[in-house]
Amino acid sequence: MNSQIPVAVATLLPRLCTLQHKDEFTTRHVGPDAAQTGVMLQQLGLKSLEDLIAATVPAAIALGRPLDLPAPLTEPEALFKLKSLLAHDKPARSFIGMGYYDTFTPNVILRNVLENPGWYTAYTPYQPEISQGRLECLLNFQQMVMDLTGMDLATASLLDEATAAAEAMALAKRVCGNAAANTFFVDHQCFPQTIDVIKTRAHAFGFDVVVGDPATISEHAVFGAIFQYPALRGDVQDLGSLIAALHAQKAIAIVAADILGLALLKSPGEMGADVVVGSTQRFGVPMGYGGPHAAYFATRQDYRRSVPGRMIGVSVDSRGKQALRMALQTREQHIRREKANSNICTAQVLLANVAALYAMYHGPVGLKRIANRVHRLTAILALGLQQAGSPPLNETFFDTITLELDAETAAAVLVRAEAAGINLRMDNADGTRVGISLDECTTPTDVELLWQVILGEAGRSLSLTALDQAIAELREAEGIGAELQRSSDFLTHAHFNSYHSETEMLRYMKKLEDRDISLNRSMIALGSCTMKLNATAEMMPISWPELNRVHPFVPKSQVPGYQQMISDLENMLMAITGFDAVCMQPNSGAQGEYAGLLAIRNYLDSLGQQQRNVCLIPSSAHGTNPATAQMVGMKVVIVACDARGNVDVNDLRAKALAHAADLAALMITYPSTHGVFEESIREICTIIHTNGGQVYMDGANLNAQVGVSRPADIGADVSHVNLHKTFCIPHGGGGPGMGPIGMKAHLAPFMAGHVVVPPKDVPLPFGAVSAAPWGSASILPISWMYVTMMGASGLLKATQVAILNANYVARKLDPHFPVLYTGSKGMVAHECIIDLRPLKQASGISEEDVAKRLMDFGFHAPTMSFPVAGTLMIEPTESESLMELDRFIEAMVTIRGEIELVLKGELDAVNNPLKNAPHTLADIMDESWDRPYSKRMAAFPAPWIANHKYWPTVNRVDNVFGDRNLVCSCPATADYDL
Amino acid sequence: MSKPFRYAKSHEWVSVDESGVATVGISDFAQSALGDVVFVDLPAVGATVAASAEVAVVESVKAASDIYSPVSGEIVEINTELQSAPDLINSSPSEGGWLYRIKLSNLAELDGLLDEEAYAAVCA
Repeated sequence: MNSQIPVAVATLLPRLCTLQHKDEFTTRHVGPDAAQTGVMLQQLGLKSLEDLIAATVPAAIALGRPLDLPAPLTEPEALFKLKSLLAHDKPARSFIGMGYYDTFTPNVILRNVLENPGWYTAYTPYQPEISQGRLECLLNFQQMVMDLTGMDLATASLLDEATAAAEAMALAKRVCGNAAANTFFVDHQCFPQTIDVIKTRAHAFGFDVVVGDPATISEHAVFGAIFQYPALRGDVQDLGSLIAALHAQKAIAIVAADILGLALLKSPGEMGADVVVGSTQRFGVPMGYGGPHAAYFATRQDYRRSVPGRMIGVSVDSRGKQALRMALQTREQHIRREKANSNICTAQVLLANVAALYAMYHGPVGLKRIANRVHRLTAILALGLQQAGSPPLNETFFDTITLELDAETAAAVLVRAEAAGINLRMDNADGTRVGISLDECTTPTDVELLWQVILGEAGRSLSLTALDQAIAELREAEGIGAELQRSSDFLTHAHFNSYHSETEMLRYMKKLEDRDISLNRSMIALGSCTMKLNATAEMMPISWPELNRVHPFVPKSQVPGYQQMISDLENMLMAITGFDAVCMQPNSGAQGEYAGLLAIRNYLDSLGQQQRNVCLIPSSAHGTNPATAQMVGMKVVIVACDARGNVDVNDLRAKALAHAADLAALMITYPSTHGVFEESIREICTIIHTNGGQVYMDGANLNAQVGVSRPADIGADVSHVNLHKTFCIPHGGGGPGMGPIGMKAHLAPFMAGHVVVPPKDVPLPFGAVSAAPWGSASILPISWMYVTMMGASGLLKATQVAILNANYVARKLDPHFPVLYTGSKGMVAHECIIDLRPLKQASGISEEDVAKRLMDFGFHAPTMSFPVAGTLMIEPTESESLMELDRFIEAMVTIRGEIELVLKGELDAVNNPLKNAPHTLADIMDESWDRPYSKRMAAFPAPWIANHKYWPTVNRVDNVFGDRNLVCSCPATADYDL
Repeated sequence: MSKPFRYAKSHEWVSVDESGVATVGISDFAQSALGDVVFVDLPAVGATVAASAEVAVVESVKAASDIYSPVSGEIVEINTELQSAPDLINSSPSEGGWLYRIKLSNLAELDGLLDEEAYAAVCA
């Protein structure tokens, strides 16, 4: 009998290349799978994603080819590649100081806040009822700043110390009593990057800046002045008499103060300061090669309406219970537009919260101990150097000393420092003036090593123990005069004295986290804000020490890997946008706008066209646009929009022609803020160019263009890229952000430079817009990972599905809530606006009622009343699956049904689940419940809610009460948790 | 006694007494559109303002509205009660919620303002 060969299988097994699944990450990032995509396409009457794009994006701007990017890598491959890059870095231990210090992030905070999506994926707390956790933490931040600075008002953080100082200068001009003065005085002992940013900002405002010795201040008529405390060199001096002299000429006194130093030093508030700014980086936030960190801004209550940025205030909810919210928002750009105090929107919420929690974890006693330890080590270091014949220049100090060396010694110190792996502060090019700043991580061994670096062999004979004993026996602190010792209490509130054990801290943070809705709970469909997935693999590198423990001013040669990662990302952004150059410095979209308009301003000036100062802005623009134009001294002229929400091209042409002699720029968002790809965008750009202007494209909606069209090809000259929207940096509950700008070659020489570390290999003569050369460098790997793992095909898919999801939601909701604007083929871009005005007119139910009612379903409201009052703008992003979209649609349709009941009179016009939303457990537990609708209808309006119920911790927050009775500090403990 | 109200298209009202001093406030329509007023920023007494120039700011929680003086002249009095009770603008826009009194420098400007009927047409 012959053995038979088995019959071959009918189909081939998959090849290895398929099994490798190289584009796996794309399938994880994009919510809908192929089947779900098919269902949605069918609903829209389309056959493919390509058909969808053809129906949505005007053919005239379509890219029509894949982006020029490397093939996608899998998660492990991308992480390995980044690790390998960074393996080339050998950053030395930094004693550079200048506002950046090594710090221990308490691990309990690192893992449960900084690395926790419950905290980092939250949005800015515009909807306070679902944000009480981080609002409480931010209020603690404000209290911490008020206590340490000795001021009576603090805000919820700014981008960095240097921009906070520039904002303080702008405030000084607004509130000073001698409006005629146009000069701002800067202590020459301020950090150089702070001086750089102040000069940039002052130039655009038309202020004169004098940098000099504070002793000469009375020679100038000034509207304000800023001092560094402790000074760059390290000295600490009582600023009281300088401040009094400023007040005598009705000028504003600003102090840039070290937050840890304030635990030991007399507070600037006690010296009479009007504004105190600084960084809270050394409160547990890694240096991160420049950021992100939270800057603080404290001032007097009198100036509360002039402060820039977000401020948390205490109010009450509809039950009269204490509730927190963002206060006095009418100061801000989204309402006040070109009359806003500043264009700032993004804060540094995540990092402010880390700093506040650090202060709570250590408490006043712990912070004093840390500060005293740093100070003692500095005193030992200084005394040792003095005994060895190299006394520091400064006799007073907190954590910093400065030495003057002869040229020969300087050269030897440099060699020894390099050998020991130590970076010192170099105040001059020949290295004869060097500074040393110690920090929380400095050890006694480090001090001994520093002696050897400075003194050579002679350093070995010094005894740390003996010097320590000598100082202890002095019985008074070395380096800080008796008059400067802090005598006032700080952090006396119970929040700073209750969570010193890890268990208590862990539970406090969990309690706060549970009060908020973040992306790890449900879709956050915020139009214009792009709350897409922040993938875990993207986030993992941010806690790597090779990215974190790097001082921003280390020589570039120590961090070739870091530099490579940054330049990789620049190249990726250039490929995606079509621009010729990228400036990585701006820390937010608004700052990107500022840097972009400054580049335009400086470019036009270089052509001798100083008279060009008109900035055209469509009426539909983000309020940030006019606020930014105002900051660079441009005059805003508004361009009308037509009934379809598009820029009125005739009006634009007329205004561009009328201003042909003085047109500087157009600021335009694309796709439009109305969520439509305008057909006329190319024509619009041409009209501007023909009339001598430059086109600034606001990148807020770039996520709808990636892989489909490119801003530079369309006609933009410069555009910012919101890395925290389009490229996956999480919103952090209201920051960090990153807003690098792409620009065409003719603008590239006008991008922001940096006085300490040149950001590019070519000289950049213009000043800095941020404190650090590459902005918040440590979060750039998030975007690097995203693009590396998605590749051209994945990025295109993301854009396609973002547009698909938005059109699916629009199509499904349109019968219930009319979609306000669509393109010529009836399609929206990546977001849609639904119009609630007719329903409000008929039923009295407002867009706010709908927004608050969504909370009962466990959803964060879409963007409310922007860009059109009385509407909601929904942006689902590509990351949401069909199931989640359908859940959201069901919630909206259910709400529409409830409005119908109000219209029919079956629900009371006022006492109904919409007006009373959101509903809390206190409502449901209320034994006197007598509402004309059931508790089930109130709190469980859809069947799936019971499975994963979110309970808002407060009822609707009373905004009016909070703004009429402003309180921005922590209320008495008894008022919490009633 | 004050004469009947005249209105500016920008929603301020004016009422002039015999001595040529006008009282200025915002209309009921304007306060309703603004919503609950939380803060009012008033000019300094003694300041001189021109017609149509920004003279004050009225803030609700949702908007900060510039108030344009409907008439030119010198500010002779401001409504200090608004500092502690800005809600007077909502509850009594044409009486207790007045903003400032101004000594008119050009009576002819009043002719350019609207009467009740014409203003109602603007708001319609």
